[in-house]
Amino acid sequence: MQLIACPWCGPREEIEFSYGGQAAVAYPADPASLSDEQWARFVFFRDNPKGPFAERWVHSAGCRRWFGAVRDTRTYEFLSVGPLSATTARTSVLPEATP
Amino acid sequence: MSRIEGYGRIDRSRHVTVTVDGAAYTGHPGDSLASVLLAHDARPANTGVKLGRPRGIGASWTEDPTGLVQVEEPFPEPMLLATTVEATDGLVARGVNGQGRLSEVPDLARYDRLHTHCDVLVIGAGPAGLVAARTAARRGDDVVLVDDRPTAGGTLTGTETIDGRPSLDVVDEIVAELTTSPNVTHLQRTTAFGHYDDGFVLALERRTSHTDDGGLARRSRQRVHRIRAARIVVAAGAIERPIVLEDNDRPGIMLAASARDFLHRYGVLAGREVVVFTSDDAAYAAAVDLHDAGASVQVLDARATAPTLWSRRCADRGIAVTANTHVHGTRGEDRITAALVGPERREVACDLLLTSGGWNPTAHLFSHVGGRLAYDPSLGAFRPAAPRPGVEVIGAADGTFGLADILRQAGGVGAPPANEEPRDPTAVLWRTDGDPTRQFVDIQRDATVADIARAVGAGMTSVEHVKRYTTIGTAHDQGKTSGVIASGITAELLGRPVEDLGTTTFRPPYTPVAFAALAGRERGDLFDPVRTTPIHDRHVAAGAEFEDVGQWKRARHYPHPGENMTDAVLRECAAVRTSVGIMDASTLGKIDVRGPDAAVLLDRLYTNMMSSLKVGRVRYGVMCGNDGMVFDDGTVLRLADDRFLVTTTTGNAAAVLDWMEEWLQTEWPELRVRLTSVTEQWSIFAVAGPRSRDVVGAVFADLDVSNEAFGFMTWHDTALDGVPVRLARISFSGELAFEVSVSAWYAPAVWARLLEAGRDHGITPYGTETMHVLRAEKGYPIIGQDTDGTVSPHDLGMAWAVSKKKPDFVGRRSFGRPQNQDPLRKQLVSLLPTDAATKLPEGSQIVRFADDGRLPAPPVPMLGHVTSSYHSAALDRPFALALVKGGRERIGEVVGVPVAGELVPALIGETVLVDPEGARRDG
Ligand SMILES: [Zn+2]
Repeated sequence: MQLIACPWCGPREEIEFSYGGQAAVAYPADPASLSDEQWARFVFFRDNPKGPFAERWVHSAGCRRWFGAVRDTRTYEFLSVGPLSATTARTSVLPEATP
Repeated sequence: MSRIEGYGRIDRSRHVTVTVDGAAYTGHPGDSLASVLLAHDARPANTGVKLGRPRGIGASWTEDPTGLVQVEEPFPEPMLLATTVEATDGLVARGVNGQGRLSEVPDLARYDRLHTHCDVLVIGAGPAGLVAARTAARRGDDVVLVDDRPTAGGTLTGTETIDGRPSLDVVDEIVAELTTSPNVTHLQRTTAFGHYDDGFVLALERRTSHTDDGGLARRSRQRVHRIRAARIVVAAGAIERPIVLEDNDRPGIMLAASARDFLHRYGVLAGREVVVFTSDDAAYAAAVDLHDAGASVQVLDARATAPTLWSRRCADRGIAVTANTHVHGTRGEDRITAALVGPERREVACDLLLTSGGWNPTAHLFSHVGGRLAYDPSLGAFRPAAPRPGVEVIGAADGTFGLADILRQAGGVGAPPANEEPRDPTAVLWRTDGDPTRQFVDIQRDATVADIARAVGAGMTSVEHVKRYTTIGTAHDQGKTSGVIASGITAELLGRPVEDLGTTTFRPPYTPVAFAALAGRERGDLFDPVRTTPIHDRHVAAGAEFEDVGQWKRARHYPHPGENMTDAVLRECAAVRTSVGIMDASTLGKIDVRGPDAAVLLDRLYTNMMSSLKVGRVRYGVMCGNDGMVFDDGTVLRLADDRFLVTTTTGNAAAVLDWMEEWLQTEWPELRVRLTSVTEQWSIFAVAGPRSRDVVGAVFADLDVSNEAFGFMTWHDTALDGVPVRLARISFSGELAFEVSVSAWYAPAVWARLLEAGRDHGITPYGTETMHVLRAEKGYPIIGQDTDGTVSPHDLGMAWAVSKKKPDFVGRRSFGRPQNQDPLRKQLVSLLPTDAATKLPEGSQIVRFADDGRLPAPPVPMLGHVTSSYHSAALDRPFALALVKGGRERIGEVVGVPVAGELVPALIGETVLVDPEGARRDG
């Protein structure tokens, strides 16, 4: 059972958290302008790297806030966590804060 | 009797009687079941699982591969080791032939869970662990010390000297100091069985296993400690490694250190004529101690020369030591009678053969979290290779074997001193020459060297594959004595160095753990939370049958005496259609959506327009995922310009709130909206039927409930005796209906008032089953029953609920994909079985109907499936809803539904079967 460091609550048991998939997949600005294939890529396709991966997590049984994390998919180790960035594309974060 | 005076830590002043295989044996408190049996020169009636050969007790603790018993009293438990079962008065057990039997009576004992956080967790209370724990405690750390045996001290026998004193005196002194330290928790009979990420360790404490009455009345039987430690010290010791030889499975063959343990811990001499076969120094201590206790002993050392110091100690006692000699096999039937020694296989009579091929560090708990092990040729074993952050491995678990070295490693400069004992190197010897089909590697699995050879012959080169092919290491002991040997022999057979092969992965649990202990209190009523509405007891009193909807208990129907569900539901349906019924809809999810941008958020999440909804009005809405498939539906009440009340399906309430939060936080954080679950704050009662207006009007006299003043899909606030109440004209049955919402605190009173007011109209409480029938008669889908995540609003015939004005909303873009336009998509339709009698089973497949009424030969193209099916009181016949390929184009067509081998013809129709004009809505 891993500890995950919520940026607001600190380290908590992993069962308090839910996974939100790959970060930096912003909702398209104008879905109508996308081809079917482009739209399908947004809806159905995500990266699956071996190694560090920028992800979204939510502290669902705690403060219920979403945050960004970089996690090593080989070891499950959280390399960093931080708030979702408000300046870049909204779902995209490479958090600056570290646990 | 093999009990030796002057030895052991048992309480000889008291007696316990145990029964094994029907025979009674007397022992003492402090005994294990195994030591009682050995004291009587007995063994459990065990046989090997495959070959049926007799099996005895092969070790003194959890590493024993053979001494399994089925315990019958005090509580039936299968496959326990006689060596780890503490002897208590009245214990009843029997030997097993490799397979146990689960209890057929319920386990009434309590099992608990305890969470602990600490600075340092020390695993193992042998010399290393004790000194490490004391060092940390004196530093001021919060310390937890766990050890799986009944008493601390590990493998110390009391013959050693620490700090110039008998070792067990020092153990007692350290334990006493730890006991009085407020920052130390010291748990014996507690096995750390799993080590996970971030300093998390699970440990099982056996709390009643040593008490005669089981102690069950007063305390939980076992407790799982969930320990989170900043630093973990693994001081779990080492397990002696046997040497594989022909017929090494006979009773009377044991690990050398285990015989010594039986002597010093229990005062039991495991044999009188003893042959010690070793390639390591430690076995000499067993030879000397067993001799001193009265046994006749000789030592056969596989190494070229015997160790000098030990040879002298043996010579002083007249113990014969022969170097450069192998044991190749054994003789005997129910027990060993002779060892076959040397290449000429000379018979040496004995009743106990001890073997020792060195020691395997118990690095399991280091390995569980990914700690890498490396082969150490000087040990013939795997030991921790590189450190892991937060985890230290010390003492024998790290491959440190001299007591003086162990103490120094555990306690640094403050450690108590011990005499330095010279140690000759271990000779790595996996097996001696002999018949590989009778050389047992995993004695519990009856797996031999021949089995490994067969695996290698079949082309396997990985120890993981060999393990699974031969089953070596998969028994209760998880290969504690056989795993490394299997690697060694596999390497030999492959002609490769064992360091290249490695060892199989250690996984939790270290020793078997009962599911009851893992479940803890979470069984029976506490297995999953049960949610009930504020008027649950009224439903119980009214004789309701309940169904589970998520964690909710919902009244399904209210059978009168003599009614079955069909009868009750038909009666309840008729009451709603002809007079008035009332249903507890409090479980509906309710989300308060508030803020200046509330309407913007809902416009983006619902397929239809919510911003145009006027205050005071209600709108039905559908939510889709990005894939354009229906995710949930419900009604939306506009409470104010900046405030909405959203209802969700009962089972989906949390998911919808999560969904809304996700969009709000991650995609549109600029929207000024707050979401609050108010599901449990509001109770909702649906009052439905042509007489509902009379009932509601009587109870809420301040409110004008006429159709003119209170139109369909509007809501009004009122008060009852000063308690705020909200009424909404929402119908899920097609009848005139009101939803009455009140604070959950007042729900019982309002429910009672409504029933009272409806008494003259025969107001009938109805349940979810009736609600399902009524809504199905109107073609209203239940999300999750009539849909399965592949159904779009258009498939449900709800294109009317999809806005064409909004530029975008979640799911909109997917509606334009060709897959969503396919005219052969499954669409919701009704099905009327043409015999007007068959209730089509939900989930039934739908196929083309053949005129002969027979099932066509396979393959039969599937046209769809039945999603809902009921008897209708209004139609006086069964009917169904179904998803059918191109269903709306097929309206009027007869299809076939296979039911019990027959093809039942059914007519496809529009979804709305009752009151298609909607004439009943306004009463
Ligand atoms: Zn949090």
